[in-house]
Amino acid sequence: MIKVIKYVWLDILQNRIVLAYTVFLLVISATLFGMETNPGKGLMSLLNIVLMVVPLISLIFTTIHFYNSYEFIELLLAQPINRSKLLLSEFSGVASSLVTAFLVGVGGPVLYYAPGATGAALLAAGVALTLVFVALAFLASVCTRDKAKGIGLALLIWFYFGLLYDGLVLTILFTFSDYPLEKAMLVLTTLNPVDLARIFIMLQMDVSALMGFTGALYQEFFGSAAGSLYALGVMLIWIVVPIWAAVRVFCKKDL
Amino acid sequence: MKVCWLLLLPLLSSAKTIVVGPAESIRTVRQALFVAADYDTILVRRGLYRERNLLVEKPLVIRGENFPIIDGQMKGELFTVRASNVTIQGFDLRNVGMTSTIDWAAVKVLEARQVRVIGNRIRNAYFGVYFSASDHCLVSRNDIKGNPHEEQTTGNGIHAWKCDSIRVENNRISGHRDGIYFEFVTHSTVQRNRSFGNIRYGLHFMFSHENSYFYNTFQHNGAGVAVMYTRKVIMRHNIFENNWGSAAYGMLLKDISDSKIEDNIFRRNTIGIHMEGTSRIMTQRNLFIDNGWGMRIQASCNDNTFTRNTFQSNTFDVATNGQTVLNTFDRNYWDKYEGYDLNRDGTGDVPFHPVSLYSMIIEKIPYGVVLLHSFMVTLLDRAEKVMPSLTPEALVDAKPLMKPR
Repeated sequence: MIKVIKYVWLDILQNRIVLAYTVFLLVISATLFGMETNPGKGLMSLLNIVLMVVPLISLIFTTIHFYNSYEFIELLLAQPINRSKLLLSEFSGVASSLVTAFLVGVGGPVLYYAPGATGAALLAAGVALTLVFVALAFLASVCTRDKAKGIGLALLIWFYFGLLYDGLVLTILFTFSDYPLEKAMLVLTTLNPVDLARIFIMLQMDVSALMGFTGALYQEFFGSAAGSLYALGVMLIWIVVPIWAAVRVFCKKDL
Repeated sequence: MKVCWLLLLPLLSSAKTIVVGPAESIRTVRQALFVAADYDTILVRRGLYRERNLLVEKPLVIRGENFPIIDGQMKGELFTVRASNVTIQGFDLRNVGMTSTIDWAAVKVLEARQVRVIGNRIRNAYFGVYFSASDHCLVSRNDIKGNPHEEQTTGNGIHAWKCDSIRVENNRISGHRDGIYFEFVTHSTVQRNRSFGNIRYGLHFMFSHENSYFYNTFQHNGAGVAVMYTRKVIMRHNIFENNWGSAAYGMLLKDISDSKIEDNIFRRNTIGIHMEGTSRIMTQRNLFIDNGWGMRIQASCNDNTFTRNTFQSNTFDVATNGQTVLNTFDRNYWDKYEGYDLNRDGTGDVPFHPVSLYSMIIEKIPYGVVLLHSFMVTLLDRAEKVMPSLTPEALVDAKPLMKPR
């Protein structure tokens, strides 16, 4: 398994995309912090990058990488290697390289310009989102043999979690504005890893606003130990379930 | 000349000092108050005096040496002053009891003038210093710390009712219901006090016209600062900090008019300033930083001017609850402003609308706050900036500053 991960790493390093991704994140974060005199505002702009760009890159890169190494995977499967082990090593290789890229690219500037609880929350959320979307991308890629279809599916996933879902929640919000929906909103947000990550960061960043009105509910919930555990658990489910489903599909798949 | 001296002589000879202490011939403050003549000084030596209901009915200077303790044992009021020209200084006043019928206080002043309460330590009192129908009094350098229970069973730190020309200076007040409470108080000055950790308001006044508040700090109070039904208030150089909660405000202004709010700092409050039914208020050179809402200006406010304020890292700078805007915004600095300054005159060439669409939505659907900062909401806010539909178009800063002051 370690050996396979090593080959995945070597392959990723060779095509330099992850390196470019690291540099891209580094430049963007450094610029955002450099432009703003107030590091809080830099973090705020970075929030949108983390919530939109990180899932997108994770999805697309993973999918393309998976299809490009299809032959390599086929070759390895000719050897006496367990299929689930192979896929898990692929996942670990891709995920760890993307997480490293993220930590270097965003973590560096954040630690330099805005060290603190908000920055830490941002980094934790970014790492979690990377893992979640790499897992989802693996699920999307094992589902279809066609590269175009696979990438299309990955894009759809991104579109759904990044945009559509919030639109749907907003619609629900408007339609049922007369009803007490606080608790329902709490549940709805945890059904989307992007929203969960956003709220997790917001609890550090916009504490003052969240203390007002119903925001206090979220503060109370996520601020408590049980709430944090719950958020962590939901994130873990979002990582484990897709990768487990992907392994199942891959094991039964006719390559 | 000699005649003058002769005239002054009886005055000089009459003022004597009565010493009270565990080792002295007079051992209780009550006894000293009984034997003292007008304008005498009572000097109380260090010690523990379990006394209460000390009635001061003559002009006296009552001074503690090394903070003698007067302990009310939770059974009643300590000093009740009914005479003018009284000074109470340097005591450690503690354990004033609580009743629901009478507002017992560590020092209560009733219908007197020129009373000074200076440099006392007041601990575990129901009310700290209490003025009623008095004028020209001074409360200075007291350290007042309460032991808060519920709102109904906790009194105010410094309480004034129907007074005139009171000065409240350099006090530290915490753990009471309201730190400083004024009702029907006029021409008074409150300055350089620190009011924090009170369970309701740090400062609370009603019907108290023409008062001034300078260099005070209000922190971590249950609901911040609330001022109501008053005109001609001047507030300068105060700091309002860390007032968090669903009904907490840096400052709540309700029915205030003809006032000035200048050079104050509002930091990390849920709402910096909340205005309701206020008119003709000059709000300038204030700093709003890290608040949830910088200002909430209800549509019932009119003719207020907001100029040269600085808004930085607030979640929302300004929120309102209607389309009507009868206030003026001019030359403020907004960190969310994205315009440019081609003619380099220091003000942006494009007007700035400080109210965001989403703040209007949250006003109607409070739990919509969960979607804050999501991409969808950012998109909606952008669209609204280009084509305003929900946000009041008249709420605009035509000349936003490019740089914070």
